[in-house]
Amino acid sequence: MSIFWTIWITVITLIVIIGCAVLLHATSKNNTGVEEGKPMPHSFDGIQELNNPLPKWWTGLFWFTIVIGLLYSFAFPSYTANWNGLLNWTSSEQSVMSLEESQALAETSHSQYQREMNAAEEKYGAVFKQLAYDENGVYKDLTLIAKDPEAVKVGQRLFLQNCAQCHASDARGSKGFPNLTDNDWLYGGEAQNIKESIMHGRQGAMLAWKEILGEQGVKEVATYVLKLSGRRVNAVEAKAGEERFVMCAACHGADGKGSHALGAPNLTDKIWLYGGSRKAVEDSIRNGRNGVMPPWADVLGEDKVHLIAAFVYSLSQEK
Amino acid sequence: MTTATTIQPDYNYKVVRQFTLTTIFWGIVGMTVGVLIAAQLVWPVLNFDTPWLTYSRLRPLHTNAVIFAFGTSALMATSFYVVQRTCQTRLFGGSLASVVFWGWQLVILSAAISLPLGYTTSKEYAELEWPIDLLITAVWVVYAVVFFGTLAIRKTSHIYVANWFFGAFILTVAVLHIVNSLAIPVSMSSMKSYSVYSGAVDAMVQWWYGHNAVGFLLTAGFLGMMYYFVPKQAERPVYSYRLSIIHFWALIAVYIWAGPHHLHYTALPDWAQSLGMVMSLILFAPSWGGMINGIMTLSGAWHKLRTDPILRFLVVSLSFYGMSTFEGPMMAIKTVNALSHYTDWTVGHVHSGALGWVAMVSIGAIYHLVPRLFNQKGMYSVAMINLHFWLATIGTVLYIVAMWISGVMQGLMWRAVNDDGTLTYTFVESLEKSYPFYTIRFIGGLVFLSGMFVMAYNTYKTVVAKEGSIKPQELG
Repeated sequence: MSIFWTIWITVITLIVIIGCAVLLHATSKNNTGVEEGKPMPHSFDGIQELNNPLPKWWTGLFWFTIVIGLLYSFAFPSYTANWNGLLNWTSSEQSVMSLEESQALAETSHSQYQREMNAAEEKYGAVFKQLAYDENGVYKDLTLIAKDPEAVKVGQRLFLQNCAQCHASDARGSKGFPNLTDNDWLYGGEAQNIKESIMHGRQGAMLAWKEILGEQGVKEVATYVLKLSGRRVNAVEAKAGEERFVMCAACHGADGKGSHALGAPNLTDKIWLYGGSRKAVEDSIRNGRNGVMPPWADVLGEDKVHLIAAFVYSLSQEK
Repeated sequence: MTTATTIQPDYNYKVVRQFTLTTIFWGIVGMTVGVLIAAQLVWPVLNFDTPWLTYSRLRPLHTNAVIFAFGTSALMATSFYVVQRTCQTRLFGGSLASVVFWGWQLVILSAAISLPLGYTTSKEYAELEWPIDLLITAVWVVYAVVFFGTLAIRKTSHIYVANWFFGAFILTVAVLHIVNSLAIPVSMSSMKSYSVYSGAVDAMVQWWYGHNAVGFLLTAGFLGMMYYFVPKQAERPVYSYRLSIIHFWALIAVYIWAGPHHLHYTALPDWAQSLGMVMSLILFAPSWGGMINGIMTLSGAWHKLRTDPILRFLVVSLSFYGMSTFEGPMMAIKTVNALSHYTDWTVGHVHSGALGWVAMVSIGAIYHLVPRLFNQKGMYSVAMINLHFWLATIGTVLYIVAMWISGVMQGLMWRAVNDDGTLTYTFVESLEKSYPFYTIRFIGGLVFLSGMFVMAYNTYKTVVAKEGSIKPQELG
């Protein structure tokens, strides 16, 4: 913040506050030339104004807020971005531009945010550690944690706060966001696959085929895809679609059963991430899809991710 | 009373009559939309799956209608009435007053059409798009010319305190509106525009505007109204001339700095947040100065409250004013704000000001005005005014108490943590718990709105009655 703006802000705000004090002092005395309690020598449409003194308690209240206000403004950053006040207080590291910078400052920062984060880490970090690690200090096997009701409960709470926005509070997902309870997995249902998805995120990209296939081609491929999941379709159109499906097989496999390695959905079951109507399937082929699962390692830390992974894993083990 | 004040100059009452009647009309429209969206929060099906009936489009219509159609019409009616009578002269500028009236109706109409169509700048209380903003600016300049022109040709030696407040309101709203609405249109044939500001600066300019729309339009303007109608209706002198000086200058000097308290714990720099909080605290006493001056004006006339429901409206409005101007500085304290912000508490706070103060003082002023504008000795029915008073008071109390409870509950639920540090409740759980209070809020709004219909009927009967045929009445 430039010196000009610092002076500008400081001068004008202090004029306002001190001006209030000066005027309060002046109007506390009777300088009107009219005896107290008597009307002023002017009236407007029959309205007179009495020269009553300011109520004492009100004057006291005004002085109190002025003094407290000034004290606060000197204690905390108030007139410029260049000075953190007498208490050297700051809410956060306000000049930080990236996550790396923020993490580098975390050790040394005394900002309110960092102090609260540190306090929480100290208080709650141990809770997660105790549930996620065994006595040798290595992560407990996820399948074991999934059988520990207390750990699963903590994992569920973390899920509700961080994952439910997309995957819903019952983890059944919604259009574009996978259902996590149905034992159908895009990237594999082993506990370790699930943890991997949460830690580093996933990019589920399906190309747009309208330029390559043309409108007729999109239709035919959609028909074949619908046939794969057992729907009754026009056999001629499905046959034409099957021939074009060679291009799709690169990811979805020649049998259409998909690939966990590529995150390509199985097209032969009745589970549809973006809807199973003819229109939805055609849309997926025509314009492609781009599913994004964000990476959580930096946001939550591995301990919490470990517990969430155990919770998510437990959902498909109950059946 | 001197002989000079008994001579009635040829006042322009036509524009006052027009604005007074449209105040009632737009009040009913704006509050009806408010009741509808309150109902939508309880029964979402009430948007009938129609885009222009959705909450997102009707909410800005509600706020714009009550602030700029109802509230500002009331201010224009009373400021034109008061400035003439306290300056002892006809409005300056001849037919310019008509330009203000019809121009302002055009602004309101454009808002009522463009907002449901989905045109919005997305700036709260400044949603109207750039062509309407230009129209507002033009009409507002004419309004200022008429008002300040009248002050300039006044026949009295001094300027009455009510006019200081009206003047401050007119001047500051002009500056606020122009600075906050600066935008670049996508093209000259497009309604869409983008703000010239970005990021935290945009947010700061917006809330500098937003808070001072409250401070200068809804506070200073209505204090101007209060300073005329309270002493007039009570037939008592204003309590303290000196108090009016200190609280006027302190109020307008400090209010302009209080905006950052809308942006506590955001990307706004710390220094601006602290300064906004400090100024909001110092604002407490100057705000209460107006309440003290109004209520103490009644000393020696308290018995009139038994027989005069108009005075009840005015006094209760001052009580709600005092309550919300105490609540405001408290909510501006960062630690309190950490609990109250983004909850229904804010909504309750706004409505204790909007229903309790702004609407009630306007209603009191209108009941004082209508008989005088239409040559009657009183309103058609004082009993109906009294009924309106109770409907308005009960409606307001139901509304704000419901929002207080739900707001504090939401704030507490959002910050509750389990033993492992995870949040105890998800957002949707707090929403579920809020439903009963949304129902109570809806009922409160409905009760308040029903009072407005009583007023409309009472006014209609007064306006159409034969001139001079209504006799003064008192509550039995």
